[in-house]
Amino acid sequence: MKFLPLVWRSLWRRKIRTIFTILSIFVAFLLFGLLMTIRAAFSLGVELAGLDRLMVIHKVSIIQPLPVAYQGRLRSIPGVETVTHNTWFGGIYQDPANFFATIALEPEPYLGMYPEIHLPPEQMKAWLADRQGAVAGRDLANRFGWKIGDRIPLKGPIYRMKNGSSAWEFNLVGIYDADPGFDKTNFFFRYDYLDEARQNGDGLVGWYVVKVKDPAHSQQMAAAFDEIFANSSAETKTTTEKGFIDGFAKQIGDIGSIMTAILAAVLFTILLVVGNTMAQAVRERTSELAVLKALGFSDVRILALVLAESLFIAIVAGGLGLGAAWLIVQRGDPTGGLLPAFILPQRDLITGIGLMAAVGLLAGLLPATSAMRLKITDALRKA
Amino acid sequence: MSWLTQIGTVTLLNLRTIPRRLGSSTVAIVGIAGVVIVFVAVLSMAQGFFNAMNSAGSPDRALVMRSGADDEMTSGLTGPQTDIVKQAPGILRDGQRAIASAELFVIIDLPKQSTGTPANVPMRGIEATTFEVRREARIVEGRMMKFGTNEIIAGRAASFQFQGLSVGSVVKAGQFTWTVVGMFESGGSVAETELWCDARVLQGAYRRGNTYQSVLARLDSAQSYDTFKDWLTSNPQANVSVRREADYYEAHSVTLTRLIRTVGFAIASLMGVGAVFAAILTMYTAVATRSREIATLRALGFNTFSVLLSVLAESLGLAAMGGVLGGLVAYLAFNGYQTSTMNFQTFSQVAFAFAVTPALLAQGLGYALVMGLVGGLLPAVRAARMPISSALREL
Repeated sequence: MKFLPLVWRSLWRRKIRTIFTILSIFVAFLLFGLLMTIRAAFSLGVELAGLDRLMVIHKVSIIQPLPVAYQGRLRSIPGVETVTHNTWFGGIYQDPANFFATIALEPEPYLGMYPEIHLPPEQMKAWLADRQGAVAGRDLANRFGWKIGDRIPLKGPIYRMKNGSSAWEFNLVGIYDADPGFDKTNFFFRYDYLDEARQNGDGLVGWYVVKVKDPAHSQQMAAAFDEIFANSSAETKTTTEKGFIDGFAKQIGDIGSIMTAILAAVLFTILLVVGNTMAQAVRERTSELAVLKALGFSDVRILALVLAESLFIAIVAGGLGLGAAWLIVQRGDPTGGLLPAFILPQRDLITGIGLMAAVGLLAGLLPATSAMRLKITDALRKA
Repeated sequence: MSWLTQIGTVTLLNLRTIPRRLGSSTVAIVGIAGVVIVFVAVLSMAQGFFNAMNSAGSPDRALVMRSGADDEMTSGLTGPQTDIVKQAPGILRDGQRAIASAELFVIIDLPKQSTGTPANVPMRGIEATTFEVRREARIVEGRMMKFGTNEIIAGRAASFQFQGLSVGSVVKAGQFTWTVVGMFESGGSVAETELWCDARVLQGAYRRGNTYQSVLARLDSAQSYDTFKDWLTSNPQANVSVRREADYYEAHSVTLTRLIRTVGFAIASLMGVGAVFAAILTMYTAVATRSREIATLRALGFNTFSVLLSVLAESLGLAAMGGVLGGLVAYLAFNGYQTSTMNFQTFSQVAFAFAVTPALLAQGLGYALVMGLVGGLLPAVRAARMPISSALREL
């Protein structure tokens, strides 16, 4: 510890060099934080998906509907706590490019099953009182500047109303918030309204969400459901919600490995830059280091001194970079609600700190060992 | 000595001594190359997706869907409606037969080759006229399917991206079993991600009755589009919307293309900032190690401007090397790389190949040079302004 001032002084020997080294590490870790956030956004909150929730979809594909009668049959299976259904509406707001998910559902059981979603009780009451009522996620409402009480027109490409029109209208009665990382870009409205008003698709729903009493038995329960509907007109495929979302995210592509590849390139370059700078710093100080050795500094102490310098730069600069990324993420999604989640997971923060230490150690290792191996006589003579 | 020769001499001296500063020069080159690789790779992904979607549209083809539907998935047409469409003027005819194909478009769950997880693979029910409508499509392996049977043909990209689609294999979907009898190509377009089967068999398999989702019509010329469209949209019995096939595919690729480009530019510009810092560091080191040399040159009568330019030229030279290296690596590693993604606008998979185009390579090189210029500026000014006497005294 008493050599801290020494480390500090040698760091600032060449101010400009140290500042630019800090800046390049800063940028690298800023990028790290942001890329990890993008990765988390594309994994669609898979970490938050409940293991006690099962998704029951049509075996051929999720676009095939299931009969509404399955709800009663699922509910009667022992071990099942709640059963509710969702129906994809595919609503278009003004322009198809304004894509967001529009889902018809049963408000009470659905919100009961998703404690992650927070809707104020008075808004819930208003929703239950208004058949045409709908609620939107906070991010979605912000994206289009919707307020409670607005009338939202949506074009329904799949379902037409009984009068043949595809122009549906909903009353926005609530705006929901949710736990961090949970999708706040959805538009939910009541299934009973859809079922009553639609011309086609009577008695059909999109998929079921089933909450089981004991998550440990999820797999067996899933197999049991599919068994019951085997050889019926609509066979099912049941997965845990986690498995479902995971599979869905993989459909987009392996965003994770793309991000990792980019980061590897960035960190490798930074390692080269910092390593080179440290090597230069040690070369310049050859004679000083030799003097220190002549004064009786041990080899290990010299090694530690140089390593401490590079570690210090890496941790300070990296910490600032990661901190900046964290601050940016706190300000919210810059795309205005295109990404379903925008958080920097804690796990990645810890990985980041580990990487800083690794960069600092690796970059300092070569110059530090060469400093350690200096022969006092040679080094002093060179100067 | 004239100005120009001065500049030329010092610049050459600088460039020739680069190998002596190999370590720090390599760092700058690799740093800039890394940025260019990422820049080109991400944009080539957007380009590849765009190409796959946009090569699908031919100007003399029109796509007919139910009025109000924006994509084939949500559209629905009854059998009689499709018959009306086929009577419209402007369609190419072979005798009495209209060269138009009434089609169904559904998705089927198949495991992705790379991950083994289920993916939404598009499946199209076609009519016998399809290959006359889509002239670019042809069978490249196996044979054409027989209509009226459970046979399917798979697009080339689909059979590479998804499991169990090689010729001769059997695909089970619910209670239905399909046999893959052939593989087709269609000029690298999005259609190659699809599976094709008989529309009437698919109607039965998906319990669709006598309904279709779209009609793809070949017009007798690209100019007949207006005639065709006006006739159909003014016919209340038809109740359909008509658009050019090219417009349809363009509209369905904008969101994803824009998203990839935005993310790509954001990442590349941040990385660029980092690379500029690396370049500055490198050039400062280069100037610092040569301060005596530079001072000697100045003492010999070389003017400050030529010293400044020579440092800039060195930085630009390193950047150019980085840009070329990065472009080369990106081209070798990514050009033609096959992958697939989910297009949210159609809810189905689209297979595409990364396309590293000359324009992208030029953009990458340009970006590298900008980084080199910015990175070299400060150190160049410093070198030029170094006081001769103190620099000569310096070790």
